[in-house]
Amino acid sequence: MIRWDWIGRNLDDIGALTGEHLLLTGIAVAAGLVVSLGLSAIALRFRKTYAPITWVTGILYTIPSLALFAFLVPITGLSILTAEIGLVSYTLLILIRNIVAGIDGVPPAIKEAADAMGYTRRHRLWAVEIPLALPVIVAGIRIATVTTIGLVTVTSLIGQGGLGALILRGLGTFYSPIGTTQIIVGTVLSVILAVAADVSLAFAERVLTPWARRREAAA
Amino acid sequence: MGSRPPYPRSFAPAVLSPLQSLRSLGGTGRLARVSDVMISLRHVSKTFPGGTAPAVGDLSLDVPRGEIVVLVGPSGCGKTTTLKMINRLIEPTSGEIYVDGELATSVEAHLLRRKIGYVIQQIGLFPHRTIAENIATVPTLVGWDEQRIAERVTELIELVGLEPEMADRYPAELSGGQQQRVGVARALAADPPVLLMDEPFGAVDPIVRSKLQEELLALQDRLRKTIVFVTHDIDEAIRLGNRVAILNVGGVLEQYASPAEILAEPANDFVAEFLGSDRGLKRLSLIPISTVDLDPGPVVAPGGTVEEARRVMERYGTDWFAVVDGDRMLGWLTEDDLRGAATVPRSGRRFRAWLTRSSSLREALDAIVSGRTTMAAVFDGDRYLGMIDVDTISREIVR
Ligand SMILES: Nc1ncnc2c1ncn2[C@@H]1O[C@H](COP(=O)(O)OP(=O)(O)O)[C@@H](O)[C@H]1O
Ligand SMILES: [Mg+2]
Repeated sequence: MIRWDWIGRNLDDIGALTGEHLLLTGIAVAAGLVVSLGLSAIALRFRKTYAPITWVTGILYTIPSLALFAFLVPITGLSILTAEIGLVSYTLLILIRNIVAGIDGVPPAIKEAADAMGYTRRHRLWAVEIPLALPVIVAGIRIATVTTIGLVTVTSLIGQGGLGALILRGLGTFYSPIGTTQIIVGTVLSVILAVAADVSLAFAERVLTPWARRREAAA
Repeated sequence: MGSRPPYPRSFAPAVLSPLQSLRSLGGTGRLARVSDVMISLRHVSKTFPGGTAPAVGDLSLDVPRGEIVVLVGPSGCGKTTTLKMINRLIEPTSGEIYVDGELATSVEAHLLRRKIGYVIQQIGLFPHRTIAENIATVPTLVGWDEQRIAERVTELIELVGLEPEMADRYPAELSGGQQQRVGVARALAADPPVLLMDEPFGAVDPIVRSKLQEELLALQDRLRKTIVFVTHDIDEAIRLGNRVAILNVGGVLEQYASPAEILAEPANDFVAEFLGSDRGLKRLSLIPISTVDLDPGPVVAPGGTVEEARRVMERYGTDWFAVVDGDRMLGWLTEDDLRGAATVPRSGRRFRAWLTRSSSLREALDAIVSGRTTMAAVFDGDRYLGMIDVDTISREIVR
C-alpha cells in the first residue's frame, strides 16, 4: 500500500519539508517566548494587567486557525509572516500562564532573602525567580511546542506548512497510492517530530535544573 | 553555655538619649561619631496601607556597636516590622534610621542591604544554588574575585560548623539545623558589620535551638558584630542579649536594659507579666557562683574523729559531710558510713554535680534540689572552694 519506492526517490524533498516544519515551529515558539516574557513581565509588575492579558490571549487561542489565516491573508499575504503571526498567537496563552504561575510560585521567603542580600529587582528576576520557575516555564514550552508542530500543517493552506504541504499534496491526488503515501509520511513524521521535541525539552529541563532532581532524591 | 560565661557581660556605656544624638547631627546628614551607637532609630513609625493603628508607633532605640540587642514581645507587636525597617525591606512612615552614622535612606536600598546580614526563620536559601554558591551570594554581588570568594566560602563553612563536603550539595539535601547554619554563613559572607536575625531558631527543635544559640554566642565572641535579634521567647532573649528591648503591641518600647536589670527590676506590670512567674529563677541563670560568698561547708579531714563528724553535721543540719584533705575533695559520707569506724576514712562518694565558679546559681540550685540536700560543692578545677547553700541562693532571688 505504501509506495516505499516513492519515499526512496523523494528523500531529499521529505527532508527539506521536515526541516521547514521544524523551522516554522522553532521561530513560532521562540518569538512566542519573547513576546510572552515581555507580557508576563508587565503582568507581574502591574498585577491589574494580568486579567486583560490572559483575556486577549485567551480569545486568540480560541479563534479557529483557519479563520485566523483567512483574516490575515488580505493584510500580510500568503507569506511566512502570516503563518508565524498565527502560530505565535496560539503559544501566548500557554506560555504566559506558565511563566506567571512559575514566578508566582517562588516562595516569598526566597524573594525576601534575595532582596535582603542586595539584589536589584531586575537582577532578582533573572538570577533567582526565572531559574526557580524554570520547571513550570519549560512545561509550558513543551505544550506550546507540541501544539505548534500540529498547527504548522494547517499553514500549508497558505503556501507554507512543512510536512503539511506533503499531506495537502496527497489529498490533491484523491488517495492515489502515491498520495496516500504522502499523507502517511507527512502525518507520521509530524507525530515523530512532536514526540522528539517533547522528549528533548524534558531532557533539557533535567540538565538545566539539577537541584530539582536532587530534591526528589532527598525527599 | 557557650565559651562565654553567662556573666559578666559587656555593658556598654549608656545609650544616647534622643536629644543628644539629635544634637550631634551635623548639617551633612551624617551622625557624628560621638558614640558607639551602630544603629539608631529616631521616632520611627510605620502604618501599613489600609491599617488603622500603626504597626510601630513612635520608636526610638539605639543599638550599641558590637552588642546583641534582642527585640522581644508578643506576636504582632511590631518586631519584624522594626527589623525590616533597618534594612529598608519596609520603609518607615516617619522618623529616621541611622546605620553606622549614615542615614539609611541616603544610599540606595540594595547597596545598604549588602552591608547588613539578614537571617530569617524560613531561612530562604536559594534552592537552585549549591551551599557554596548560596554563601557566595553577597561577595559575588559586590564583585569579589573568584579566588577570594572560594577562600571565604571555605572559611565560613568551617566557622558555622558545617562539613567541607557540604559545599557542593543543594539546600534540600541538608537538615533544618544545617540549613540555618548556611543561612548564618550567607549573612556573614561579605563581613557586614550588622546582622539582623528574625526568629532564626524558631523552626528547629529545642535541642538544636539550644545548640545554635550556644554557637551564635561563641561566634559573637570572635566576630563582635552588631546584632539585632528578634524573638518572642523571653528565655532566648535573656540568654542571647547584651540588652533586651521589650516591645508591646504597636511597637511600644516598655523596657530597654540588660537582662539582669530587667529581671531584677521590671519597669512595669506588662514587663513583669511577660517575664513570667519564674522571673526569680530566670535571674539565677544570669548570676555566676563567683559573685556570692561560699561557706566552708560540713567538712572533716581524713583521720578526724567520728565525734567531730557528728558535730559538723549537727551544726549544718545535714545528714552527710564531706571528707576534705587540704583543698582536695575526697567525697561525701553519711552517718551510717561511720558505723563501727573509729576515725573518718580517706574516701567517700563522688559528688554528682561538679559546680565551678562560672556555673550559674540556677545550676547550683538544680544540683542541690536533685541531690535532695541543702548545699552543693564548688570547685576550681580539682580544688575544693567551698559550699553554696540554698539560703544564699534564695537571698539572691529576692534581692
Ligand atoms: N505587610 C503588611 N501589611 C499590613 N499589615 C502588616 C504587614 N506586616 C505586618 N503587619 C501588621 O503589623 C503588625 C506587626 O507585625 P509584625 O511586625 O510582623 O509583628 P511581630 O514580628 O512582632 O510578630 C501586625 O498587626 C501585623 O498584622
Ligand atoms: Mg515577626
